[in-house]
Amino acid sequence: MQGTSIIAQVFYFVIYLVLQVVLMQNVVLFDVAFCFLYIGFLLLLPFESGPVRLMFMGLAIGLCVDIFYNSFGIHAAASVFIMYLRPHIVSVLAPRGGYETGMTPKLKVMGLEWFSVYALILIFLHHLVLFFVEAGGFEMFGFTLLKVAASTVFTFVVILIIQYLFYSSKRSL
Amino acid sequence: MQTLFLFLYKYRAFALFLALELLCTWLVIQNNRYQSAAFFNSANYLAASIIEWTNEVESYLFLRENNASLASENAMLRQRVQEMEQRMAIPYNRASVAREVAQQYNYEPARVINNSTNRFKNYLTLNKGRADGVLPGMGVIGNNGVVGKVKSVSDHYSVVTSLLHTNLYVSAIIEGSNAFGSAHWNGGDAQQANLEFIARHHKIEVGDTVVTSSYNAVFPYGIPVGRITEVQLPDNATYYDIKMDLATDFSSLPYVYVIKNKLLNEKDSLEQVSY
Repeated sequence: MQGTSIIAQVFYFVIYLVLQVVLMQNVVLFDVAFCFLYIGFLLLLPFESGPVRLMFMGLAIGLCVDIFYNSFGIHAAASVFIMYLRPHIVSVLAPRGGYETGMTPKLKVMGLEWFSVYALILIFLHHLVLFFVEAGGFEMFGFTLLKVAASTVFTFVVILIIQYLFYSSKRSL
Repeated sequence: MQTLFLFLYKYRAFALFLALELLCTWLVIQNNRYQSAAFFNSANYLAASIIEWTNEVESYLFLRENNASLASENAMLRQRVQEMEQRMAIPYNRASVAREVAQQYNYEPARVINNSTNRFKNYLTLNKGRADGVLPGMGVIGNNGVVGKVKSVSDHYSVVTSLLHTNLYVSAIIEGSNAFGSAHWNGGDAQQANLEFIARHHKIEVGDTVVTSSYNAVFPYGIPVGRITEVQLPDNATYYDIKMDLATDFSSLPYVYVIKNKLLNEKDSLEQVSY
């Protein structure tokens, strides 16, 4: 069981990375809304993965995306940041009665409401770090914040659509 | 001792978080340097191959536009050759110019396989690299004007810092005057940039053309940068606030030229001795 889930994670890693750099890199709406779909991979890692593993996963996919975006270190920094915060946010959002073993943070397992709050918080924090580090300061504060907000919505919608389209409703036990 | 280990174990996640963020910060600072290694960006062979493959699919959609722009550039160059030939027919103008000076600049055509215009730090990836004589620090121009400066090269690909990059300054001069300053993009509109450090005693008018100056060794004199659209002179300011429309349309840039300056080494070593 453990073996197959690792293979599945490697598979998702590659799929999300390829979608990001081949497709989403060229999609920018109104010059302000970017889609960083690869965060979906990080959001959907199973609950039982420890913080150390989460952070290394964030570092790995962040650096891979950075290579294609010529922004070495920025995506990695933002991804490690949200992966550090993820366990804390998961514990704050815990449903009544806690999490059952084998639960994954997927839309169809946790419900739309829980998933939206969870995803929006992490996506927003990721984009906040990403765009302000890229801008190198607060000189264009309003414009940068606009980019953060627009991209958060865009990324969230795309991740939601993919959840509805490609993930089956049965629990991955 | 045991309590120390227990303490470290308890806060291992936070310690690792700090360590990884420090690593990332160091990488960001390294990458912000003027020139950098070609492995960790899109000049990397594997990354560039993937990008080139997607670009090939995409470029079929714009073949007609690309053809039209290359044809119009061809016509323009043909006319200039004609003008030049007529001028050179006068013996006086053929006066001895050293061969190295007459052919100081070489242009290496390259295809843009990746480009962005809406980040704060934009880069282009070209399909020419060290094997074609492209080196970090060389200037890059398009049909209409300045594009950027080569940042890093691998054997067959190179990454160019676009003029649309908040850290890049290009030495520029207002054509027909000796008012020189720096062209700089502030991160907003991809068609507009600022001209900074023009001293207040110069007479500047809207519509003036801004070209590269001869004070840098990267671009030859006279490559168009933009056209001035807005001039302001606040009462206490030392310098003008000048906005210009960029000559290059970065959103459609299929081909560019990398400039090789044959006399660069000579100029550099002379300046090193003199300063």
